[in-house]
Amino acid sequence: MALASNKIKSIGAAQSPLLGAAMFSPAVLYILLLVGGPFFLAIFYAFSDARIGNAEMHFVGLENFRSILQSPSFRVAIRNSFIFTICSQIVVTVGANILAISLEKTFRGRGLIRFLILLPWVAPIALGAIGWKWILDSIYSVITWALVAVHIYKPFSAPMWLGEPRLAIASVLLVHSWRLMPFSTVILLAGRTAIPKDIPEAAAVDGAGFWRTQLQIVIPMMRPIISVAVLFGLIFTFTDMTVVYILTAGGPFDSTQTLPSLAFALGIQGSDLAAGAAISLFLVPLLVIIAYFMLRVAHRAEVN
Amino acid sequence: MAVVETRDLTKVFKEGQLGAVNHVNLETREGEFLVFLGPSGSGKTTLLRMIAGLETPTSGEILIGGQVVNDLSPRERRIAMVFQSYALYPHLSVYKNIAFPLKAQNVKKELHKEKVEWAASLLGIGALLDRKPRELSGGERQRVALARAIVREPAVFLLDEPLSNLDAKLRASAREELERFHRRVGTTTIYVTHDQVEAMAMGDRVMVLNKGVVRQLGTPTDVYDNPADTFVATFLGSPPMNLAELGDVIVGFRPEHFRPAPTISDAAVPFRFKVENIEYLGSEWIVSGTLVGEKLEGKKVFSRLSSAQNLQLGCMYDFAVPQSYLKFFDRSSEKRVAPRVVSWH
Repeated sequence: MALASNKIKSIGAAQSPLLGAAMFSPAVLYILLLVGGPFFLAIFYAFSDARIGNAEMHFVGLENFRSILQSPSFRVAIRNSFIFTICSQIVVTVGANILAISLEKTFRGRGLIRFLILLPWVAPIALGAIGWKWILDSIYSVITWALVAVHIYKPFSAPMWLGEPRLAIASVLLVHSWRLMPFSTVILLAGRTAIPKDIPEAAAVDGAGFWRTQLQIVIPMMRPIISVAVLFGLIFTFTDMTVVYILTAGGPFDSTQTLPSLAFALGIQGSDLAAGAAISLFLVPLLVIIAYFMLRVAHRAEVN
Repeated sequence: MAVVETRDLTKVFKEGQLGAVNHVNLETREGEFLVFLGPSGSGKTTLLRMIAGLETPTSGEILIGGQVVNDLSPRERRIAMVFQSYALYPHLSVYKNIAFPLKAQNVKKELHKEKVEWAASLLGIGALLDRKPRELSGGERQRVALARAIVREPAVFLLDEPLSNLDAKLRASAREELERFHRRVGTTTIYVTHDQVEAMAMGDRVMVLNKGVVRQLGTPTDVYDNPADTFVATFLGSPPMNLAELGDVIVGFRPEHFRPAPTISDAAVPFRFKVENIEYLGSEWIVSGTLVGEKLEGKKVFSRLSSAQNLQLGCMYDFAVPQSYLKFFDRSSEKRVAPRVVSWH
């Protein structure tokens, strides 16, 4: 009897609006204070001439936007942001599919290989980027060392991986892809195991070879899960500044600058808060579009 | 030349363990409907999957159309298979599902439409071609799976428990439809099931398997009336055949032959039967109870009667089995032996 009345009470409590609000409030507070606050502050700064170390502030209208749109570094940064984001997603999606296919079947040492593949994801991004900075260093690079050792390059004439604009862009792209590959692979592996074994078998009996089965049956069936991986990857890459900041700090000559790294360089390091805020606001429209698609995918997953 | 033939076909999944399929020799007849029947784990699906090329045999040979196909991939075997789940491609329309085998086997694109429409009309799903599999009922999915199988005109159909996902009512109509379909296309068909009713109703021949071993291969009447061993005798029929051990033989008789003594005019073996349970199943009655008498005292037996209204729970009756309906099995090998004289009391 006591148990029954407890149960009734708990149902009553769950329906009380006060408890609901109390349970909900940490999430709302978190979003308001740590997401909403800075966001509105950024909008506010973007229309002002705020600088670090200067308490005075004036409303300057669209002046900040006008000046950054005219700046060549900004145009390079926006181009780079798109290059890094889109190209790394292409590399990652293709690579992760290949990895997922090869890791699907059981073989000796599969567990170890899965663990190794996951490492770049679980290691802090800064550590990974520092590791790559050494691998691609102008003097101590192991890649250069290996290329010299097999006589592809002569010592001292080897390419400067992070010192030439094109190579630097390629290097940043490589590190972004390396970083996201494990995440994508794990998601795609899960997606693969969710496909009933019957389906690829039916395709085999129907006469499809490996490629046809993968390209026309399995991968199309994984479209929802691939889009989840891609949407997450887009956000991670588009908003990331750690990789660029550590590898090249935006150089050489701002050639690898992205929107977040340029905003940081101008706004924090260069003390021009207003310009930094205005630049980071350019991230918003794209992130809104991605968020819209993510919610749609999530909603579809819920419905199914 | 048999369409499908297996020679000494064996599959062992784990070394040192008993094989899932052991030394199966089989020859299908042109155009027949052959059923693999057995309980779960009997190896019937493994056998089918080896014929399809989805499983590699440990030893033995598989021949399709007289050619050894052990090393051929499924696509090279000219077979079509319908899976238990139907395995329709969920992201493709019904039309594209049916056209997939044509595409995969590089049939000329101009012929696709005609062939798909032919297969669809054969199964009466012409109106569903634009739908996605998830918008179809269970019965419609089965028809799409069959259409996808027939469209490339295979040498053999392999069906793996295609009715087990349907509810009881749908199952009967789907079964009938399958039979009609087979009569119309006349393609040699191998059908796997654990359901004896399906096997008896549909099979031209039934192959009964247990623990990877073929127990009997024969027409439905053969396996029911002349079971090769006690496994077949008890696996077929519901309730199963009554078995009684008498010395070095086992004597069996079907519940429908164990009837009240006055209703039997032929030479019969008499029993005293104590009724313990009566089930009314509409068209028939299942009566269970124990035998009373020295040697078979307490032996549990079933009787299937068209009427049991005059029987009372807990009472004793004179029952009997006509001599001609008794089956004899060797006690140690459990194999069927010739009728012999046994002492009942």
